[in-house]
Amino acid sequence: MDFRLGDKSEVLRKEAREFLREVLTPEMVEECYRTGVMHNVEFTKAMRDKGWLAPGWPVEYGGQGRDPIEILALSEEMARAGAPTYGIGTTMMIAWVINMVGTEEQKREILPKALAGDIVIALGFTEPENGSDAAAAATRAVQSDEGWTINGSKMFTTNAHIADYVFMLARTDPDAPKHRGLTTFLVPMKQEGVEVQPVFTLSGERTNITFYNDVFVSDQWRIGEVNAGWRVMSVAFEREHSAAFVGEQERLLDHVVAWARETPGEDGLPRIEEAGVRERIGRAATEIEVSQLLQRRTAWMSTVDLPTHMKGSMSKLFSSERLERQAADFVEMLGPDGVRGRGDPTAPANGEIEHALRHSKGTTIYAGTSEIQRNIIAQHELGLPRPK
Amino acid sequence: MDLRLTEEQQQLVEAFASLYADAAPSDRVRSAEPGGHLPELWDRLVATGAVEMAVPEDAGGGGASLLDLALVAEQHGRAVAPAPLIEAQVAGRLLSRLPAGADALAGVIAGNRLVTVGVRPARDGVATLVPGGAVADAIVALDEDRLVLVPVPEGTRHVVNTGAMPLADIAIGADATELATGADALAAYAIALDEWRVLTAGALVGIAQRALEIGVAYVKERHAFGQPIGGFQAVAHRLADRATEVDGAQLLTREAAWAAAEDPQRAPELAAMAFGFAADTARDTTYYALHFHGGYGFMLEYDAQLYFRRARAWAGVLGEPRDAYRRVSDLRYAAVGA
Ligand SMILES: Cc1cc2nc3c(=O)[nH]c(=O)nc-3n(C[C@H](O)[C@H](O)[C@H](O)COP(=O)(O)OP(=O)(O)OC[C@H]3O[C@@H](n4cnc5c(N)ncnc54)[C@H](O)[C@@H]3O)c2cc1C
Repeated sequence: MDFRLGDKSEVLRKEAREFLREVLTPEMVEECYRTGVMHNVEFTKAMRDKGWLAPGWPVEYGGQGRDPIEILALSEEMARAGAPTYGIGTTMMIAWVINMVGTEEQKREILPKALAGDIVIALGFTEPENGSDAAAAATRAVQSDEGWTINGSKMFTTNAHIADYVFMLARTDPDAPKHRGLTTFLVPMKQEGVEVQPVFTLSGERTNITFYNDVFVSDQWRIGEVNAGWRVMSVAFEREHSAAFVGEQERLLDHVVAWARETPGEDGLPRIEEAGVRERIGRAATEIEVSQLLQRRTAWMSTVDLPTHMKGSMSKLFSSERLERQAADFVEMLGPDGVRGRGDPTAPANGEIEHALRHSKGTTIYAGTSEIQRNIIAQHELGLPRPK
Repeated sequence: MDLRLTEEQQQLVEAFASLYADAAPSDRVRSAEPGGHLPELWDRLVATGAVEMAVPEDAGGGGASLLDLALVAEQHGRAVAPAPLIEAQVAGRLLSRLPAGADALAGVIAGNRLVTVGVRPARDGVATLVPGGAVADAIVALDEDRLVLVPVPEGTRHVVNTGAMPLADIAIGADATELATGADALAAYAIALDEWRVLTAGALVGIAQRALEIGVAYVKERHAFGQPIGGFQAVAHRLADRATEVDGAQLLTREAAWAAAEDPQRAPELAAMAFGFAADTARDTTYYALHFHGGYGFMLEYDAQLYFRRARAWAGVLGEPRDAYRRVSDLRYAAVGA
């Protein structure tokens, strides 16, 4: 056994830290908080210049051919620093889908722009009436001679207001079983009939609801075969070995430790001397280690061609649930001052701990709720029957 | 990064799995209660070289790494084996680091002397709740800043306990011999305790893993309201959480064992993490494995309770998981602490 990520990863980690120190300015971070948008054009271009928009893609497709374990070091550092990578993530995920199942024309049109950081692609899976059950999508796409007419709405279409395209899951055959009547489209956003309304959230993250009113999409923008949308979705997710919240936990703990060292308790000693504080810090450090191991295992498994599905669910479930619990626990540890919020000059740790309480709540909801992850683990790892 | 076991490690795991399956099936684990020692199992373990392997080669042993031993400990835990193997291994390694321990070590390697170790410093001249103490010939104990070898007196009382462990409170008498003093004693004891933490964590992982299997098998079989109870999410989701924690505890414990040789700087911190997290995991997993048996889980006849009790006691003789977490914080952030 060897638990080291390896030299290549550590070199990349160092490079990432230097890059972040230089490029991710406090102003940029502040802007993310202010707007709630985790996408920044300047940052994206700097990532492009490093070749880090597609570090895992094969070189012949414009990537760097790095393996998942190397990339982990990069993504861990990005998350720890709170870098605005959400738009990059969704854009490159869909660019990869196009690379795999798209037409030559789609590849010519989309891939160079995606790799250049010139476009943003948002994800349009969730709808007002369904999210976890994404295959229940009701947004309709009806075929005519020239292409498709789309009617419906998508909920939580994050970044849609700055996006060039929404990658949409739409119903093309209402009579087929629900997984077999879906088709995916790349819907250009700057056109008649598309409406984007902002949706504001607990953490300040801005997302949107998007409406599609007789939106015409030429067949050129159909991704994959008609009614094969669910298969295309699996291509989208197969490279997402796990969405793990390791860097977020590290960032929270960094803030907590700094606070506990410099804040005196009632006895005048720094609060890190208190048994309860030490216990919470040690527990969080332990949970971070476990989160990291679960995530690294998934990445490692993919390098040796083991199926990562259930193990990825474990990684997502554990890291988000523990992040949430740590944030709640640390806010309580702050005492009454814990309610002083981000943006107030008197907030402990610049409000970062209070903000983590808000932000962490989303992590057990998006990218598959904790219940959905538990269903996957129960059925596929433990072999338990599906719930009736 | 590579999470595979080597071929030799796989063979080691298989060899011990079949030894325990053969020598410590659950009816024999039961028959060994409350004393918690199966002499036939102990003899088999000694004959296989399970104690000797833990001692470094240059001290006449088999030179197994802590990782190898942690893999064995997982199997030991899966069987909730009634034998003080981990304490004997740790004591053997400890003796091998102390010149004054040579005589005792010779008996350990030859297999005719059972020596274990007290995992908490003695108080008022008594080493308390010494694992294996009730069946050992001698124990190693820390008394203030002296590390001593204490012959276990004839007729030492077995402490009745949650986990049916062969525990004893042992007074450090005049016949104790000194193994080391001062900083040397403290340093040697600290290493031994970290090794015990890691190996016990391995055993707790084994307990949790096996308890989960028992629980999962049961909820697939048992029906209520016209369906297997494992189809109820209230049941399935708790087991999914436990499965996740068991995987995490196993990875963490193996990492801690690996680090003893490969990343010594982080080893103490990882040992404390592994112990705390494995103890939490074994406690919660055995809880749900028992609970989802309903009334049957409460019956002595079912195995779930064997795991439930040992998960608590094997860890409990050192301290609660919270102690381990405070230790992690102190090691990493250097608080003066209490
Ligand atoms: C900040 C944010 C950003 C997002 N960004 C995007 C985006 O860019 N694109 C996009 O498409 N979506 C996005 N989402 C949506 C997200 O993916 C969904 O919210 C999520 O999948 C859950 O769906 P839902 O909100 O419809 O909840 P529901 O599916 O209605 O679930 C409600 C509750 O029921 C539980 N539940 C549902 N099904 C089951 C089951 N089978 N067993 C047990 N419990 C169940 C859930 O766990 C949850 O607790 C975002 C969400 C948030 C909060």
